[in-house]
Amino acid sequence: MDQKAKAAALFKDNLQNFLFVLPAFSIFCIFYIYPFYKMINLSFYDWRGIGPMHFIGFSNYQELMGDRLWWNSIGHAGYITLIALTFQNALAFALALACDREIRMKRFYRLVFFIPPVLSEVVVGLIWNWILNPETQNGQYIGLLNHFLYASGFPQLVHNWLGDPKTALTTIAIVNSWKGFGWGFIIMLAGLQTIDKQLYEAAKIDGAGAWKTFTNVTIPMMLPVILVVVILTILGCMQVFVLILAMVNEGLVHHTDVPVTRIFSAMQNTNRFGYACAQAVIFGMILVSVSFISKKLSDKAKQV
Amino acid sequence: MKANRYIFWGMAKSTFIHIFLMSVALTCLFPIFWMVRCAFMTNDTVFVDQSIIPHHLNFGNFALAWTKGNFAVYFVNSVIYTVCVVTGIVLISSLAAYSFSRLKFPGKNIIFYLFVAAMMIPLPGSFVALFVLMTKLHLINTRFGYILCMINVGLSMSILLFKTFFDKMPHELEDAARIDGCGKIGIWWNMAMPFARPAIAVIVIFNSLNVWNEYILATLLLGDSQLMPLQRGLVVFQGANSTDYPVLMAGLTMAAVPIIIVYLFMQKHIVKGLSGEVIG
Repeated sequence: MDQKAKAAALFKDNLQNFLFVLPAFSIFCIFYIYPFYKMINLSFYDWRGIGPMHFIGFSNYQELMGDRLWWNSIGHAGYITLIALTFQNALAFALALACDREIRMKRFYRLVFFIPPVLSEVVVGLIWNWILNPETQNGQYIGLLNHFLYASGFPQLVHNWLGDPKTALTTIAIVNSWKGFGWGFIIMLAGLQTIDKQLYEAAKIDGAGAWKTFTNVTIPMMLPVILVVVILTILGCMQVFVLILAMVNEGLVHHTDVPVTRIFSAMQNTNRFGYACAQAVIFGMILVSVSFISKKLSDKAKQV
Repeated sequence: MKANRYIFWGMAKSTFIHIFLMSVALTCLFPIFWMVRCAFMTNDTVFVDQSIIPHHLNFGNFALAWTKGNFAVYFVNSVIYTVCVVTGIVLISSLAAYSFSRLKFPGKNIIFYLFVAAMMIPLPGSFVALFVLMTKLHLINTRFGYILCMINVGLSMSILLFKTFFDKMPHELEDAARIDGCGKIGIWWNMAMPFARPAIAVIVIFNSLNVWNEYILATLLLGDSQLMPLQRGLVVFQGANSTDYPVLMAGLTMAAVPIIIVYLFMQKHIVKGLSGEVIG
């Protein structure tokens, strides 16, 4: 075969091989790369979705820096995330520890704990919205929780959980944890099961008690897994939105706003596409840096 | 004496652990039970009857939701979207992953790392730009547009998972197929895909969950109620009939039960997928 035919064959081969990637690559370019670029680009414009676009440089970002509602919303998401990181993950870890042994009905527990995570945020939000319903009819509380509190002799605890700005966010955070702990549980249980049982034996022979074994064997061995759960929890909870929408449906003015709510409302309610994009860019940068820092921490932990 | 004490403490400990696990399990199940229970009540009884098992079961809510609540349309739409998106993801991402794993072309690594990077960078607000793009392409309010967007969501992770499987495939398998006269497409379909069956299971289950439960893009891209999936339909229904709880609960049950059934059957793969992701 001469040189030319060889080159042509190679070209044809390369082209064929690229054709395998083409569908994925074109979808990726159109629906990921382009929106990525467009988001950054639009954030420098004042644009109402239709009509003329005005280039305004960093004005959107300047306005954003002083936007109290925006920073509050980040605070709210941070609060929900904090509850998930502490309460939810501690619960998940405790449950995983409890299941990491020869115990009856282990499969049943594992099955049940992952049911809330497979339900949609809309379904979970609307179920809890109904359970937490604050209204009364004929002197009876129609929401299950308040009815239960009243009937079991704690009428002073009856409360408009989602309607009161003081309790709304915490209530949402707890429902969010209810929905989310199963993820952490499954991942941590899988992590626990990979720990070499000989390590526990060795610790026992060395005379270590349960607590010592836990802090000196379980925790260090689980650190990489725990950090993965931490990163997933942060990324997931900071972006919570649909659950809140389903639970309070904009009923509380700005008390339960999270960043995605703000982006959504800038776009849908006030038609400020440029401002919405600036919010999205800043929020994306916050998330990337948080996960980057956590990744660095986990790499360091793995080295030790 | 000492042995007795040991057994006693062992039993006390295991009882305590069971109480702990069981109470959490009940907390998981009870709200779902309550949803189903209320779906069988009427508007007159749902507010006053707080017994665990209602005295009178009413099956009409499901029919009401299905017809008057437009849930027949929502349900069919959800099924269409889930089937199309998941099929699309499996085909498109396995083709790409096969090429990344076994074939050569210039720029291969750059493109592959673009996909990996996309998985690492969260784009929480990209729906704004996506909405602008879809308007420009006249794909707003079309099934096709929504399906393409959702395929993109699952692509990166699926490519990565497929590639790790294809990398493990023995070269002898491929060589044998080639001798039998299989082309590249033939090898992908007859050798690589069956080999990656465990990966396909994980990809199908996670993407089905994701598409069935998706809300934000469905809201932005599908304004026509004839095109809406269940999740969007539920919120629309709740907004329009905020006090009709029994029918709403029937709708919620219809949205929740299929996904719970799929989960119960595919549970093994979910555990595998999640633990694999962490350890692998």
